[in-house]
Amino acid sequence: MPSLPLFSNPAARRPLASAPFPASASGGRLAALPQLAEVTPASQLTVRPAPEMVPSGVREIDALTGGLPRGSLTEVCGPVSSGRTSLLLAVLASATQRQEACALVDVSDAFDPVSAAMAAVNFESLLWVRCGVQQTTAVRRKNKAHGASRACDNVEQALRVTDLLLQSGGFGLVTIDLGDVPLKFARRIPLTSWFRFQRAIERTPTVLFVVTQSPCAQTCAALLLKMQAGKKLSAFGSQPSEKLLAHTELLNDLQVETEILRLRMPRKPAQSVTAIFSTQTVRAG
Amino acid sequence: MPFACIFVPDFPVEALLRTEPGLRSQSLAVLEGKPPLQKVFAVNENARHAGVASGMTKLQIESCTGLAFRNRSLLQETAAHAALLDCAQSFSPRVEETAPDTIVLDLLGMELLLGALPKIARDLARRAADLGLIANVAVAANPGTAVLAARGFRGVTVIPEGKERERLGNLPVELLLAGEQNSEQFLETFHRWGIRNLRDVAALPDVPLSERLGQRGALLQKLARGETSHTLVPIDPPLVFEEALELEHPLTLLEPLAFLLSQLLDHLCSRLASRALATQELRLKLELAGGYREEDGGEAGNPAHPGRAQARPRFSRTLHLPLPLLDSKTFLKLLQLDLQAHPPGAPIVKIRLAAEPVRPRPGQNGLFLPPSPEPEKLELTLARIAGIVGEDKVGSLELLDTHRPERFRMQHFAPNFSPQRHPSTALGAEGCFRGELTDGSDNLVTALRIFRPPAAVMVTLSEGRPTFISCLERKKTRGEILWASGPWRSSGDWWEQKGWARDEWDIAVQEETSIGLYRLVRDLLCGRWLLEGTYD
Repeated sequence: MPSLPLFSNPAARRPLASAPFPASASGGRLAALPQLAEVTPASQLTVRPAPEMVPSGVREIDALTGGLPRGSLTEVCGPVSSGRTSLLLAVLASATQRQEACALVDVSDAFDPVSAAMAAVNFESLLWVRCGVQQTTAVRRKNKAHGASRACDNVEQALRVTDLLLQSGGFGLVTIDLGDVPLKFARRIPLTSWFRFQRAIERTPTVLFVVTQSPCAQTCAALLLKMQAGKKLSAFGSQPSEKLLAHTELLNDLQVETEILRLRMPRKPAQSVTAIFSTQTVRAG
Repeated sequence: MPFACIFVPDFPVEALLRTEPGLRSQSLAVLEGKPPLQKVFAVNENARHAGVASGMTKLQIESCTGLAFRNRSLLQETAAHAALLDCAQSFSPRVEETAPDTIVLDLLGMELLLGALPKIARDLARRAADLGLIANVAVAANPGTAVLAARGFRGVTVIPEGKERERLGNLPVELLLAGEQNSEQFLETFHRWGIRNLRDVAALPDVPLSERLGQRGALLQKLARGETSHTLVPIDPPLVFEEALELEHPLTLLEPLAFLLSQLLDHLCSRLASRALATQELRLKLELAGGYREEDGGEAGNPAHPGRAQARPRFSRTLHLPLPLLDSKTFLKLLQLDLQAHPPGAPIVKIRLAAEPVRPRPGQNGLFLPPSPEPEKLELTLARIAGIVGEDKVGSLELLDTHRPERFRMQHFAPNFSPQRHPSTALGAEGCFRGELTDGSDNLVTALRIFRPPAAVMVTLSEGRPTFISCLERKKTRGEILWASGPWRSSGDWWEQKGWARDEWDIAVQEETSIGLYRLVRDLLCGRWLLEGTYD
């Protein structure tokens, strides 16, 4: 039975019925099929509109990635003091100033309102969910006996809360702060959860922004950024004691290096994959 | 000048049937009094056909098969009367409370708005049925005729002007005397004269009747002829939207409670909708079993506590909504979530549900406003999230005007998006300045991640400066302090009971794979060293 071509080129718009069939069923049949020269790759079969990009609040990152994609998951990973939370506050400030309803699922209850106020986050538009139910002594002993820990319970709460927020809809930005969750618990989040979140925000204007210590969402993340402290801090340990920096020299202009590990959106060619920006420490009094 | 009358026959029975519509097809008797001296106060049509009449004792009717009986509920009668008023006031602003079961409306000018008189009468009956009350509606040229027609004829009746005597003629004379004082005396007199219906009363000679029965007799004759006319005394009742329900048996489960709440919410929302109002506050009051209540203030049979009344324990919950809403399903879900988080703790014997009326919010949104969560969905989501993390752990925050650490409080999340909104600026507290967003990265702030609660640490000092840190809770945070800046001293509230004083240090610690920036705090009042957060 002659085989029909598996792919059709939408540009050519040739109906399958008029496609020529090979006269013989020999092994060279496939090579002899003239329409194979016009095969379209599978990734281009469906034309998907490019997602709308929104500013992240950091000029250098917007220049690097084009912004944060709506309807997609953006993941930012990095160790302690790598600038993840500063970027999170900048993203929140940018979204709240656009008068979008934002939600922060704070898994470790680590959000600092004073830093957020300095970063110009508008609290009227920000819903703060502080995970971590007060456990009784009996419940804590039981969880410890089963190997569970408070961090594990917090992660479960965070997943349920995120489900509710994404199903409710209407939020321009939903952020999940897993920055202080130990790696062993963060990696236990099943991939199906990330898929579910991704499907929930697909074709919506919601940006899902996740902060972690190391990548967790894997292929579900349309944009994955890795952050680390700039050379100023990383080289600090090797400085001799006589050259200790003053407070303003260390914490002001604290450099953050950002590298793109994954980006599904088309980018302008010949662009760097890293960006460096600086943050300022504002001290009260 | 047309007038309409709404009359609910067997009003105490109808008030009960609003919450138990399943009993409408059965014989139902309403009892009043204290056991064992309870007597029948009202019956429905089915019970009347079965031979049950008012005044019979409970013992007498217990032998009737298929008869259901309930205790009279003044609460439900009040709620039913309020519903009837709402129904009437949605058709006319001039309404008279003739009796608890009878409402008279002035329909002057309403035909232009609401249509012809027969249509208004049918709509009145339909609206009353939507509120759970089967009512007779009559329209006539004067209030007296309208009342008589509503009480005498079932369903909807329209009596054209000039036809009152003819249409009312066949009604029994007992109807004329319903609700009158000393009606037995007049009734006996009419029966002795052989007067059985209103036609006979109307045909009596005027002067001899007034000579024998006085002015009242003359008024009764005018009523029978349909010639009375009196000015309505319109009411202006306060806008109280409350529904109540007394239970025959105490309720112990939340699921049947939700079913009853659903009915009460439907009635409340219908009444609010009839006035073009919404609500922003729901008040639920439950009377719980346990204890007892004496209406006369005496404790029967207990000489130890004479004259002291004891009330049943009560349980109250109030739902505050950020925006005016009028969706009974949303209200029910919010009440259910609230009761699951705060159960009453005892069986329920009485339910009261009240709504605070407000103007509904306008529904027109701007074309260029960013999308925002729907208020109804948002409230349900917030209630569900509060059930997971706790009520005080979800919401928006408000910075307080103080230098104390953790200077914020949680409040209900209610985003308010309008084109003219401006971001709030300085809070007015020194050191609590709120930044203003410009473009780009000019004001990127080094954020602090707070440890809640702060982690206790052991610090080695050298010449008053920390040089080594060790934290039991955060094992990674252990090592030589490469750099320390401080101390930044602050204190406050020393005039209060809870004063505070602390020294803050910004430190850089050499960890296993990187350098961490932390904020180290020394509590000057107790001398403890704490790790407050990390710069990230």
